[in-house]
Amino acid sequence: MAQVKLDGIRKIYPNGFEAVKPATFTIADGEFAVLVGPSGCGKSTLLRMVAGLETIDEGHLMIGEREVNNLDPADRDIAMVFQNYALYPHMTVRKNIAYGLKNRKTPQAEIARKVAEASAILNLDDHLDSKPSQLSGGQRQRVAMGRAIVRDPSLFLFDEPLSNLDAKLRNQMRIEIKALQRRLGVTSIYVTHDQVEAMTMADRIIVMNGGRIEQIGTPAEVYHAPASTFVASFMGAPPMNLMAAQSKGGDVVFAGLTLRHGKGVEGPVTLGIRPEDLILDPAGPLKFDVAIIEELGAHRLLHGAIGDHPVTVHAGKDVSARTGPANLSVNPDTLSMFDARTGMRL
Amino acid sequence: MTETNAAALAISTATPRRTRRRIRGGDILDHAILIAGALFMLLPLLMLIQMSTLPDVEVIRTGPSLAIGDRLDDNFNKAMFQASGFSGLNTGTNMLMNSFILGIGFALGKIVIGMMAAYAIVYFRLRFATLAFWVIFTTLLLPLEVRILPSYEIVQKLGMLNTYQGLIVPLIASATATFFFRQYFRSVPEELIEAARIDGAGPVKFFIDILVPLSKTMIAAMFIIMFVYGWNQYLWPTMITTEEDMFTLVRGIKQITQSLEGNSIPEYGRANLLAIIAVVPPVFVVIFFQSWFVKGLTESDK
Repeated sequence: MAQVKLDGIRKIYPNGFEAVKPATFTIADGEFAVLVGPSGCGKSTLLRMVAGLETIDEGHLMIGEREVNNLDPADRDIAMVFQNYALYPHMTVRKNIAYGLKNRKTPQAEIARKVAEASAILNLDDHLDSKPSQLSGGQRQRVAMGRAIVRDPSLFLFDEPLSNLDAKLRNQMRIEIKALQRRLGVTSIYVTHDQVEAMTMADRIIVMNGGRIEQIGTPAEVYHAPASTFVASFMGAPPMNLMAAQSKGGDVVFAGLTLRHGKGVEGPVTLGIRPEDLILDPAGPLKFDVAIIEELGAHRLLHGAIGDHPVTVHAGKDVSARTGPANLSVNPDTLSMFDARTGMRL
Repeated sequence: MTETNAAALAISTATPRRTRRRIRGGDILDHAILIAGALFMLLPLLMLIQMSTLPDVEVIRTGPSLAIGDRLDDNFNKAMFQASGFSGLNTGTNMLMNSFILGIGFALGKIVIGMMAAYAIVYFRLRFATLAFWVIFTTLLLPLEVRILPSYEIVQKLGMLNTYQGLIVPLIASATATFFFRQYFRSVPEELIEAARIDGAGPVKFFIDILVPLSKTMIAAMFIIMFVYGWNQYLWPTMITTEEDMFTLVRGIKQITQSLEGNSIPEYGRANLLAIIAVVPPVFVVIFFQSWFVKGLTESDK
């Protein structure tokens, strides 16, 4: 168990492309941190630098009390779970799990004990002598997890471990991984492009875009107070509604509606409202034109427009809704405002 | 239980017409071509077998015939155990052994060198890896026959004439094997080496513990090709081996048909039988490794 400290970690490829802009953050002991962002945002590169699979061009990486910049992956006291599992196809499950221990010259008896322990935790007892090709996707993922946990690492690294699984299994494994991490209490960094995974699993989310860290915060912080229009549109399904508006003297004017925010911003801003913060209300001041209704059982999504702005509204299952004109009200406390030019939160 | 029931049901409901395959005109033509081709290829071999049952005199006197003689035993004994030539050392068994040493040494050497070269090219960030690969690859344009004089001189100066090393070592650098293994290694997922690195496997361990077992089928495929290739080497053994106890089969057979000492008749029976014996081991190697061979070249078990 250890805390992980990144201090100005940077990656520049030989062709001059800056894959990861200097990243500084600390992950507390036992914390489950999720790196999330669109593909190509540098999240995997950052993880691989922590793992030691990519060189760190600048900055310092501390795992526990040690600076590990120049250590081999095997010496960093980490374990990694890969997207395609990366199991050794010619070895049985038992050998796959034990391989790392064998290389560390762990005594046979201890290897046997640890493998038995891991397989009990992961329900792999019946498959220890199978080859990976005989296992289902979920079982392979468990073997990969087993390979990680037998090493008793101070840090778990997950590189999109669930993206090769089907949706149902993914939900199940999500909970299993989270529960396992809780139980073992090992500091973890988890990379995903799926914001649902990020929201549900993370203690803290690190949102990345274009090699830059956009925001670090708890799922609730990231969701309710996104640091930029990018985070606002990336996190949440459906994403936050973003609309151009004018701010003047502490008020923001949008579609004829004046909302009080009390911030000293003048001129054009981007207004952000979560779909669930727009409430269907016959007496509401906003005129909304519903074009399509998505029925999702527990709730409904109404897609339409306020004036020229496409808007999505989240409506509960008990609220009657039909296409055509409707009225909306909005709680000013739930508003987010962003600089119209830079996209940063105001 | 339910499975057998289902199978029984399937059989009972299937109409007789469906259980018998229908023969189409195209199939007949295809098979006719295949059979004709097989006969064409087999005919010389059948002739060899036929001639090896006759006494040598008969072969000279009547030429090709359909007669089957009773001298097979005799010829076989002569071919395998009786020495020919001057030194009395190149019996059939001795030549067979030399051929095996050449074939196996040649194949294993090529595989080991090719695998290691490919490993270096694919997995290590060498400055001129691609260039090195293409340089190796262009040696395909320089087969042994082109460089036989310098090669001979080197082997001779190293004092390796009439040795197994001299026979094998100059032939084992192989662009073909390097190429095949390079292509294969490139298809091995990157994550596998990363997982191995995290598991604490260094370059040598990764090669031996993971890459070699993964390449099993590929190695088998290369072994067949290279064994047959090595087995059939003729020019190089002819150059390098002058002492009769180092002769390989392919080289030795020629010596026998040539040996017109005085006014004796060439030993056709013996030579023909040796030719047949020379065909057998490659056939068995191919049969034995066949399923691996196909797997190695088509399937990827990753």
